[in-house]
Amino acid sequence: MSGIILPGADGQLFQRDRDWHPKADTPGYKSTTFRAPKHSLLSLGPTKSEMTGPTFGHEKLGELDNDLIRNFSQDGTDAIGQRMIVYGQVLDENARPVPNTLVEYWQANAGGRYRHKKEGYVAALDPNFGGFGRSITDENGFYHFRTIKPGAYPWPNTGNDWRPAHIHFSVFGHAFAQRLITQMYFEGDPMIWQCPIVATINDKAAIDQLTARLDRLNTTPMDALCYRFDIVLRGRRSTMFENRKEGN
Amino acid sequence: MLHPTPTLKETPSQTAGPYVHIGMTPNFCDITGVIPQDLGTTMIHGEVEGERINVAVRVFDGVGVPLFDGVVEIWQADASGNFVGPTAPNSNAVPAFTGWGRQPLSEAGAATFETIKPGRVPGPDGKLMAPHIALWIVARGINIGLQTRLYFEDEAEANATDFVLNKIMDKRRRQTLIARREGATYTLDVHLQGEQETVFFDM
Ligand SMILES: [Fe+3]
Repeated sequence: MSGIILPGADGQLFQRDRDWHPKADTPGYKSTTFRAPKHSLLSLGPTKSEMTGPTFGHEKLGELDNDLIRNFSQDGTDAIGQRMIVYGQVLDENARPVPNTLVEYWQANAGGRYRHKKEGYVAALDPNFGGFGRSITDENGFYHFRTIKPGAYPWPNTGNDWRPAHIHFSVFGHAFAQRLITQMYFEGDPMIWQCPIVATINDKAAIDQLTARLDRLNTTPMDALCYRFDIVLRGRRSTMFENRKEGN
Repeated sequence: MLHPTPTLKETPSQTAGPYVHIGMTPNFCDITGVIPQDLGTTMIHGEVEGERINVAVRVFDGVGVPLFDGVVEIWQADASGNFVGPTAPNSNAVPAFTGWGRQPLSEAGAATFETIKPGRVPGPDGKLMAPHIALWIVARGINIGLQTRLYFEDEAEANATDFVLNKIMDKRRRQTLIARREGATYTLDVHLQGEQETVFFDM
C-alpha cells in the first residue's frame, strides 16, 4: 500500500499540546488562583462550529492601523521611544502560511505605562501614544507594523514583580479553534527569565518561540530597528488518500 | 493508519493580561480615533432570517467576583445552520449576518450580544447538534483562552441528543452550558471555578 499524505482542507485540527501551553493553574502568577478552572478540560475534536471562523476580508483597515508611532498622535508628532518595525509570518503547524487573517497587538508606551484608567504605574503617559494597532496578513501570511519599544513595568503580583518588555498579540486564523492570544518578548532581555507570567510556560523552547529576533538586515537606516516574530497557529491533520500515485 | 505529526509547534499562549480591552475593544476604553468602531460589536448588518435574540454572558471567578477585565467572543451559525464563509480580501461585502461577536466584560462581568438564534449544525456523527453558540473567554489570570458553548433552555429535546452535551458524563454539569430565557434574552452564567464550574472544552 502506498498511501500519500495530502494537505487536506477537511482534515481535523491537530490537538493542542497542552504541555506546551501554560497550564490553567500556575501559583506563581497569582491571578490564576481564582480564575483557573479546576476540572480538566473535556476533550472533543472540533466540530464544524470550531472548524469554521470569522474572516475579515471586508474590514477596511485604516492607513495608520499598523503604525503605533502615529495612529494616536494628537498633535501630529511621533510617539516617544525607540523606533522599531515588528514583522513576521503567520503559519500553521504544517508550516503553511496563513494569509488574510487578522492580527491585533497592544502594548505599553516607552516608559512601560498603558493608556488605561486602571493603570497604576507612575511612569508618564505619552499623549501621542495609544498602544493599539492591527494588520491583516498578506497572501504569504506576513504582517508588519511600526511602533516604539515598550518599557518594562512593575505589577503587584508578589509585591515587586516586573514584566519584561513585551507586546500582546491576538490572532484569528481561519477556524475558531485556532484563536490565540500570546505575548512577544525581545531577544536577549534578561527580564524574561524572572517573569512569573513567562514562567507559566514550562518548556524553555516554548518560551524561546515567544522571543522576537533582532533582524539587523531589515533595520531602517537612521530610523528604526527591526524585530521578527513568527506566529504558529494550529494546523490541520492531513487527509490520507490511499492508492494514489504521488503528484496526483 | 498513519498519524501525521505537525512540523511546527503552535505558538504558546500567554494571558491576555489586565489591559486586553486596549487591544480588542480600544474605543470601549477611550482609545478613540484609531479605528472607527470596535470590531464585533455589531453582528447584524442587514436583512437577516431568523429570530432576533439577545445573548447575555456573565462571567464569575471562583469566589463569585465578576470578571470585569475580560473579553468574550462568540461564533455561531445563521438561522439555517450555515456559517458565514470567508470574505475575499478588500471585498466591500459586509455579511448581513457575521456570526461573530466580541464584547468587553463590564464592571459587572457581563456582555450582551444582539444576534439571531442559530440553526442546527451537523455534528461529527452526522446527526444535527442542538442549536448552540461557541464561546471564547480571555482575561487576566486566564493563561489560555477558555472554550465553551452556550445552549438554549427551550431546546430541551435537541439538547437531549446533542453530540457535545452527551460527552459530558456528569449530567448535572451539562446544565452549566444551558442559557435560561427571559423574553428575547438568553442569559448564561459562566463560572470559572467552584460548585457551578462551567464545562470547558479542549476542541
Ligand atoms: Fe502587558
